[in-house]
Amino acid sequence: MTSATLAPDRPAWGRRPARGGRRLTRASGLGLGVAMLWFSLLVLIPLTAVVVTAADGGWTEFWSAVTNQQTAAAIRLTVGTAFLVTLVNVVMGTTIAWVLVRDEPFFGKRALEVLIDIPFALPTIVAGLVLLSLYGPGSPLGVNIANTRVAVFFAFLFVTLPFVVRTVQPVLAELDREAEEAAASLGASRFTVFRRIILPSLTPAIAAGAALSFARGVSEYGSLVLLSGNLPMHTEVTSVRILSSIENDNLEGAAAVAAVLLVISFAVIVAVDVIQRRVVRRG
Amino acid sequence: MSIEIANVTKRFGEFVALDDVSVSIPSGQLTALLGPSGGGKSTLLRIIAGLEQADSGRVQIEGLDATNLPPQRRNVGFVFQHYAAFKHLSVRRNVAFGLEIRRRPKAEIRSRVDDLLALVHLEQFADRLPSQLSGGQRQRMALARALAVQPTVLLLDEPFGALDAKVRKELRDWLRRLHDEVHVTTVFVTHDQEEALEVADEIVVINDGRIEQIGSPDELYDRPANDFVMRFLGPVTQLGDRLVRPHDVQILPADGHEPGATTGRITRITRVGFEIRIEITADDQVIAATLTRNEFLALHLQLDTTVRVRIAPEIQAGTVAVDSGPNLPATTAVT
Repeated sequence: MTSATLAPDRPAWGRRPARGGRRLTRASGLGLGVAMLWFSLLVLIPLTAVVVTAADGGWTEFWSAVTNQQTAAAIRLTVGTAFLVTLVNVVMGTTIAWVLVRDEPFFGKRALEVLIDIPFALPTIVAGLVLLSLYGPGSPLGVNIANTRVAVFFAFLFVTLPFVVRTVQPVLAELDREAEEAAASLGASRFTVFRRIILPSLTPAIAAGAALSFARGVSEYGSLVLLSGNLPMHTEVTSVRILSSIENDNLEGAAAVAAVLLVISFAVIVAVDVIQRRVVRRG
Repeated sequence: MSIEIANVTKRFGEFVALDDVSVSIPSGQLTALLGPSGGGKSTLLRIIAGLEQADSGRVQIEGLDATNLPPQRRNVGFVFQHYAAFKHLSVRRNVAFGLEIRRRPKAEIRSRVDDLLALVHLEQFADRLPSQLSGGQRQRMALARALAVQPTVLLLDEPFGALDAKVRKELRDWLRRLHDEVHVTTVFVTHDQEEALEVADEIVVINDGRIEQIGSPDELYDRPANDFVMRFLGPVTQLGDRLVRPHDVQILPADGHEPGATTGRITRITRVGFEIRIEITADDQVIAATLTRNEFLALHLQLDTTVRVRIAPEIQAGTVAVDSGPNLPATTAVT
């Protein structure tokens, strides 16, 4: 029995000698270098460029671009809908993952397993076309949601469906069933077992899926552009708004909206992480 | 009788895990379900706990018909081989779980958990997560968690199976002493005959979904009901058409005249600590015998010495006639 606390080795940041004088080996130095270069080229430099462009015209210009009524409406719609869709996904995605992992094999289970990924695989504009022909003016179902906010909501739902399912599924499959049995024999009802034993283990996965789902919603373009009608102040989303800004030669305006989205996405990802930690800790 | 199992049958598809099993497990004792893997002993334990439903038959716990009760309402404590710890909860919260479910007052939970942690010697680990404990500590935590709800019966499924030999031995002693303190009716599953013999008040030997024998460790060891129990409870060797424990084989000088002895030649001598294992070839039989070092030295035995062997006269009762089949390896040590 030892009372020493387990302190996981922290990776050394950068090439500076870490505490204890440990330096990166040649191989890990090279690896870190390649990773940083790759990440910079693909993510950091473009993001910085967006922020720099947004700041080009100064604070007043940025602020007026963002507070422009039409832009503000687009941001509200996009973020609000992405938020709602993410909530729905958290519930539905977890449920679908549960059905896939835990339920008895049923007819079509394998097919469902494959179909889940279709929104991933499909080019979003094809998804848009599918949605338009199904829920558009000539709907065979008699449901016409063209040019409404419901169309935006549906398109978001369609493309973000797989995220929570696919993050939760493997974690659920690996859960210790005996811990659930132990809880049951200690008197916990099925609901209590789910809330106090299963959910805390799933929460990191659900949070990861939720963050992905939200980010994807905010950035969605192809799947909704056909069905939503892109009506200013009503169904216009930010990606459409950015495109029309660029088409009107207003690069700073587009960059300003992009910068706002960047901040919101970042805030949401941080918030999701905080919530997740809290849920896990509370148990 | 505390647990009454009557005519329980359980199938998994084609496989018959339990075949019309009936057994009574006495109150307040430590009972072992002993048998080889896949023999049905864990299934029986899980049926008692309600984690598995019997296809037919009845289960009574302390006079209460539990056959159709869900696990939540059986008031049994269950300890799993792989601990089944609640990984996201501290040791304290793990132990408190059953009491929190029962909505006991906070102060009561606190003091009861403190008592239990002291009982399993984990006081100073109360705020650790299970992942920061060793296997033995995790299993003690699981035991405290099961005891917290004051179960009518405590069920342990191969509780020490995942631990290394030394810790296993320590925990085994500790479980025995704990049971002498707590006196809750305890049933544990094991495939380790030494564990069962050492710890249990009563042993139920289960094989192939059927009960082979029920009895105290002494009864089982000294008067096995059949070939299987004899072989399973310890090393055996065959002498003539009888199965006998190697330490019950008597080695005599070649020139004696004792009745019922077979002449043979020593073909192998192995020393393991205080014990000397000898193989004697007589006709086409290889007989295994074990002696203490002192007995060995007194007999002046060497390789190729011709000796006479027989079953020690005072233990004739503890042998079993060989059922059938070809000669088995000289020693079948089941571990």
